[in-house]
Amino acid sequence: MLDDELLDHLQRGAFGYFADEANPANGLVADTSRKDSPASIAVVGLALSVYPVAVERGWLTREDAAARTLVTLRFFETSAQGSGADATGYNGFYYHFLDRESGKRVWRCEVSPIDTALLFAGILTAGAYFTDATSTEAEIRALARELYGRIDWNWARNGKVAVAHGWKPENGFLHYAWEGYNEATLLYVLGLASPTHPLPAASYAAWTATYQWERIYGCDLLYAGPLFIHQFSHAWIDFRKIRDPFMREKGSDYFENSCRAVDVQREYARRDPNEYGTYGPDSWGLSAGDGPGLRTMRVHGRERRFFEYTARGVPYGPDDGTIAPVAALASLPFAPALALSAVRHFLELYPEWADTWRLPSGFNRNAPGADSRGWISEGSYGLDQGIAILMIENYRSGLIWKLMRNSPPIRTGLKRAGFEGGWL
Amino acid sequence: MTTSPSWRNPDPRGPYHLLIIGAGPAGLIAARAAVRGGAKVALIERNLLGGSCLNNGCIPSKAIIRTSRLYREMRDAEHFGGRVPGGIAVDFPAVMERVRRIRARLSERGSAERLAAMGIDLHFGEARFAGPDSVTVGGNVLRFKKALVATGARPVRPPIPGLEEAGYLTYENVFDLTECPQRLLVIGGGPVGCELAQAFARLGSRVTLVEEDPMFLGHEERDAAQLLSDALARDGIEIHLDTQTTRVRVEGNDKVADLVNDDTKRTVAVDQILVGVGTAPNVQGLELEAAGVVYDDARGIPVDDFLRTTNRRIFAAGDVCAGNRFPHIESAAGRIVVANALFLGRQRLSAEAIPWCTFTDPEIAHVGMYVTEARQKNIPVKTFTILMHEVDRAITDGEEEGFVKVHVREGTGKILGATVVASHAGDLINEISLAMSAGLDLHALARVNQPYPTQSQAIKMAAGAYVASRRTSFRTWLMTKWLSW
Repeated sequence: MLDDELLDHLQRGAFGYFADEANPANGLVADTSRKDSPASIAVVGLALSVYPVAVERGWLTREDAAARTLVTLRFFETSAQGSGADATGYNGFYYHFLDRESGKRVWRCEVSPIDTALLFAGILTAGAYFTDATSTEAEIRALARELYGRIDWNWARNGKVAVAHGWKPENGFLHYAWEGYNEATLLYVLGLASPTHPLPAASYAAWTATYQWERIYGCDLLYAGPLFIHQFSHAWIDFRKIRDPFMREKGSDYFENSCRAVDVQREYARRDPNEYGTYGPDSWGLSAGDGPGLRTMRVHGRERRFFEYTARGVPYGPDDGTIAPVAALASLPFAPALALSAVRHFLELYPEWADTWRLPSGFNRNAPGADSRGWISEGSYGLDQGIAILMIENYRSGLIWKLMRNSPPIRTGLKRAGFEGGWL
Repeated sequence: MTTSPSWRNPDPRGPYHLLIIGAGPAGLIAARAAVRGGAKVALIERNLLGGSCLNNGCIPSKAIIRTSRLYREMRDAEHFGGRVPGGIAVDFPAVMERVRRIRARLSERGSAERLAAMGIDLHFGEARFAGPDSVTVGGNVLRFKKALVATGARPVRPPIPGLEEAGYLTYENVFDLTECPQRLLVIGGGPVGCELAQAFARLGSRVTLVEEDPMFLGHEERDAAQLLSDALARDGIEIHLDTQTTRVRVEGNDKVADLVNDDTKRTVAVDQILVGVGTAPNVQGLELEAAGVVYDDARGIPVDDFLRTTNRRIFAAGDVCAGNRFPHIESAAGRIVVANALFLGRQRLSAEAIPWCTFTDPEIAHVGMYVTEARQKNIPVKTFTILMHEVDRAITDGEEEGFVKVHVREGTGKILGATVVASHAGDLINEISLAMSAGLDLHALARVNQPYPTQSQAIKMAAGAYVASRRTSFRTWLMTKWLSW
């Protein structure tokens, strides 16, 4: 099968997730395909970004995509905002998980700045794509502006420099803050560009002050262990040749950094320090994802400890031998040949994945599963399917990158963060 | 240790060149150094010579950690190609007997008789300042030209309702245990809490470890804390980060603690509770006001970089100082005080490369600046990282977990700091401390010959990575040309 044909299958298969799991009444999309899964606002953000891809690829009509988008934005515009425990959001932010039908908070989860940022990446993508003069598309653009302007980014700092991880009505802000390089670049860019409640430039500087520039396995890179960190902001922002003060100091850029992160992942897999025996040049991808469950057991004479859903990373771990196949696939823009080779390898190991062309959240050949090939995550995760579609599309056509290059919040936020050069 | 019942405090011979309050590590080192320099020295101790380090801190904890590591290794025998011995049973009284034996043996080195024989006037009793140049102890007035306050610290007693009534252990009395608690709650994920939680888990306790912050060892690098967290979980410790202990009560034979994480509440029933949430300086009762020394009950005595208090005749060192409460700096502090107080020295504490180590398994050691500190000072930093699984000897030893990270000023080999996570990180860090103290850069470390294979090869490898990174393409071209000629 030719590469392009393979990518067609993978993209279309992943899109099936959004067709199957979205609630047409409010646009909310399930976090996973498992029974009774609530909606995740991050997955909704990915869905909103995926719809333009679906139009361009011919999977949806423009009208259908615009209608789905408008339903979603109207839901977020009309849903309850407030400090009450059953609201949908607070201060313009939204709770991480929502009931798919009522749209209210579930699982006593937190108001989540990072997931709100992913949601708004989708909302702004929609605003950038639906530019026709129809009333539907005009309303999409107006709602995108209104909702974005509603977010009080400074509230999320809780009086500190960095943005907090979240807030709960029961006990206020979580104690964590966004420190060290992670997927929060997008969050800071959107926060800095706000027309109403912008983050101060100092907040971005304070965040990047926690970065670590390391030489690992002979590679110089801005370190972050899990691969998804090197991917999520890149789904919307084309970081090629644009540099903030940190990257100017290091003579690199975030795109190049993600390329190096792939190299470090592969080198770790080659070395396989924990001797799983299942890693290799085409078998890599340690990232956030589902796992075999929290348990300790002896496997082939060795004590192995497995985890549930967690952010696995290299080289410091955690590492229980679980591979997130989508992490390799979503590396496509950074290392096309390596990513494709890995995906082909996974499909050789598990040919039945080609039935749906949807990669699972994880597999682990050391953990017991249904057959001798070990444990495989059940069903699909929306984050995986969404990032796969967007990164394949960026690799194939650069559609999302091109759209967001012209999005005023993205341009303004990048400039306020000190980015210069390249397309900016 | 203390001394024999027949001990009598000497008659004062003042004014003393140096009067020292507190016979812990800083006090003892200062006393010996001063007397060797010809000074007339008085040393006052209210309790045990050696301070908490010898009696209920570093020494007993290291002894129990060693035994606990042995039990872990026995259980892991298969990993080393061995066979797990049958019937591994922990003999806790024997473990504690070894702790006491080691403590007694080491205390001999600093016995009262030996100190007296060196010419140090050793006084047992409560010291109180009577003025800017005098102290009373046991009814005597001792006059001094210079003084050092090195009274150390004591465990903080957290204000958790019900804790006092239920009773709890600290590092001061945990080594008096005669039975290993079946279930142990450790409150505090700092060095003391992590070390003892791991040791007791390996000796058979079912340990629950609770820390208020989102990660262990709040001041350490997050990767180090992550590795430690994984290691503690592997030892079977139930970990609760970002969690507060809100109340303790007694139910039958159990001590029951309420834990709160965000809005999730749970209770844990245990046999013993160990608290390790930090220390408070021993400043009460010294009547520092009489000497014009400013202090704070919670933070201790503020000192300048020369370790001087607000009374320029009086110095302070060790855990009693505000902002410098690391036991690892006590020996350096004692030495600095003697030089500055008696010999016109201008030695600064900030000029010292002072390493510290948390003796968990793996150990976590650090020296110098953290990356965040350097970046906050606008110093461009690059880190050269070697994973222990890249080091041959670590592989042969089955000790591949961890790393050596050396932080340098970008574009140079100047070492700003380093963090080591390894089975013997406390020893490995010394090579980097030596380099920093001697002003050696990574170039110099790359030229050091080492026996092969050793785990300290990781440091040479980090230095080698630095040298390789400095090879410019022009230099490589030049070398290629030279060789092809």
